[in-house]
Amino acid sequence: MRYDLLRLDYRVILEWIETGSSVLDLGCGDGDLLSWLVKEKDLRAQGIEINEQAICRCVARGLSVFHDDIDHGLSEYGDMSFDCVILNQTLQQVRKLDEALQEALRVGREVIVGFPNFAHYFARIQIFFRGKTPVTPSLPYEWHDTPNLHFLSISDFVGYCRKRNIEIKKSAFISEKRTITIFPNVFAQAGLFLISR
Amino acid sequence: MINKIPPDLPFQKGGGSQVNPDGGSMSLLSLLPKRTENNVGVSPKRVETSALSFESEKSQSIGVVKTQYFHFAQPPDELTLECGEKLGPITVAYETYGTLNDQRSNAILIVHALSGDAHAAGFHEGDVKPGWWDDMIGPGKAFDTDRYFVICSNVLGGCKGTTGPCSVNPKTGRKYGLDFPIISISDMVNVQKRLVGHLKIERLLSVAGGSMGGMQALEWLIRHRDRLGSAIVIATAVKHSSQQIAFHEVGRQAIMADPHWKDGHYYGSLPPAKGLAVARMVGHITYMSDVSMAEKFGRHPGEEKLHKFSAGSEVEDYLQARGNHFVKRFDANSYLYITRAIDSFDPSRGKDLYEVFRGIKARVLVLAFKSDWLYPASQSREIVRACKLAGVDTTYCEIDSTYGHDAFLLEVEEETHLIKHFLQRVFYQQGTTGGNEVREYEI
Repeated sequence: MRYDLLRLDYRVILEWIETGSSVLDLGCGDGDLLSWLVKEKDLRAQGIEINEQAICRCVARGLSVFHDDIDHGLSEYGDMSFDCVILNQTLQQVRKLDEALQEALRVGREVIVGFPNFAHYFARIQIFFRGKTPVTPSLPYEWHDTPNLHFLSISDFVGYCRKRNIEIKKSAFISEKRTITIFPNVFAQAGLFLISR
Repeated sequence: MINKIPPDLPFQKGGGSQVNPDGGSMSLLSLLPKRTENNVGVSPKRVETSALSFESEKSQSIGVVKTQYFHFAQPPDELTLECGEKLGPITVAYETYGTLNDQRSNAILIVHALSGDAHAAGFHEGDVKPGWWDDMIGPGKAFDTDRYFVICSNVLGGCKGTTGPCSVNPKTGRKYGLDFPIISISDMVNVQKRLVGHLKIERLLSVAGGSMGGMQALEWLIRHRDRLGSAIVIATAVKHSSQQIAFHEVGRQAIMADPHWKDGHYYGSLPPAKGLAVARMVGHITYMSDVSMAEKFGRHPGEEKLHKFSAGSEVEDYLQARGNHFVKRFDANSYLYITRAIDSFDPSRGKDLYEVFRGIKARVLVLAFKSDWLYPASQSREIVRACKLAGVDTTYCEIDSTYGHDAFLLEVEEETHLIKHFLQRVFYQQGTTGGNEVREYEI
């Protein structure tokens, strides 16, 4: 895959991760991101994924994956077992979000979190004018078939980090093809944060 | 959005139907940005839900194969067993498939389960039935003989060519019977190590096995970690539970209760066939699942029954048939010795498993099956947990199967996919020290 065709959130994560570090990707899916990171950054990589078919695809890409649930899969790791723990587009699907994030912050020196922004203006318009649960490119599911359990905005997450004393080291706000710098909570479809305890 | 899948992968793209946000006809909606199909910016993680379609590759049998024999441990250089006793001479029955490359780096050792033997693949001259793991070993198969050199040997204590209780004791000129020393999984592995040395292979690409084979693979991984690049550990446990020992004990008691057993010295007269058949029946019950039994067996009321108390279920006929078939090919004393070795397997030897695993550089693939209640997935997860804590590069998959413990012989498609790719990675990355090398870290 060419770099310029790579998903923007992958590119941001790629820039944030140091070469040669150890990475745990929680909810690694088909291993799209992780295999890219391994190739570019020479990582020691481990994925955790609940879907059996996704695991098969990860193995085909040469990745090491555990068949496990993010809500349970971390307790067995020691503190600071990884340089970085990635929760890209999975945080909103974790049942016990608070616990999972604390665990990720314990197991990794740093944690990268990426999630869809529920306060994107497109979502706001749909709620306001149509009175319907928004369906957007970053939130493509209808209310009855969504795997998402938490609907959070960029402001929500920043507030959460402040409340929990989590340090935000880096952040990036992205839309379809570019990064957003002004009013990210309105114009960004997703937020990416590099956090640590 | 569907995650992109490289075209070289044997998966079908499917599912992922797009939802249509435009339900109403309000004019304001036209002001909203159009959803783009080729959205490269942000897309939520989504795993395809369509069933995997594995490429039906041209795989074929390796054809006619022959068992070979390796003799070692001639007195006075006998093999010292874990129990302290010495055993020799020892004969090992083994088969090899494929070709060893010039670097001698493509050898894979297949280790068999309780009733297996060296004949893992291909056909013996004149046979209609192939080896016990023929679905997995051969050209284009999981253990691709076009690429790898595959070795399989009968375990120590077995009755299919390797020295065991039905072999002749050179000291007495009679078959060993119960004079055969107590053996362990570790002894089996030591014998395999000698065989591998005899074949002039310094380092195995992988050791793979299910059930008792998985235990041997674990033993290899722990005791001879520098001699293998990976281990494939299927449907096994690091230590037998009381329940697992209990099922074996019923089998052993059945054999020993058979009047023909005669304290193990039945050679030359009638064998304890009834006892061994019952032992096998118990085994078969534990290898299947509730669902697989329900699917396989019906009832046949009115027809001729096995005995007065038969309920006329096909499961009764099945067990009877499996038991009777087994006594023709297996030795009762071997059954006692091998089940005992399985039951006392404990490679952690009193330590925490992760401590024993620490420093292992080999890659590990652990597979379990959802409906396997004899070796439940929780036991595989125990192995995986230790790998996690020890920083061993591990992949774990719990395969959704209804076959019970038998699944490791039957879930060919999914196992093939996982094992084939796992081995490819190990094969092409061996010798390279890259970022994927397991780094040790303190807990």
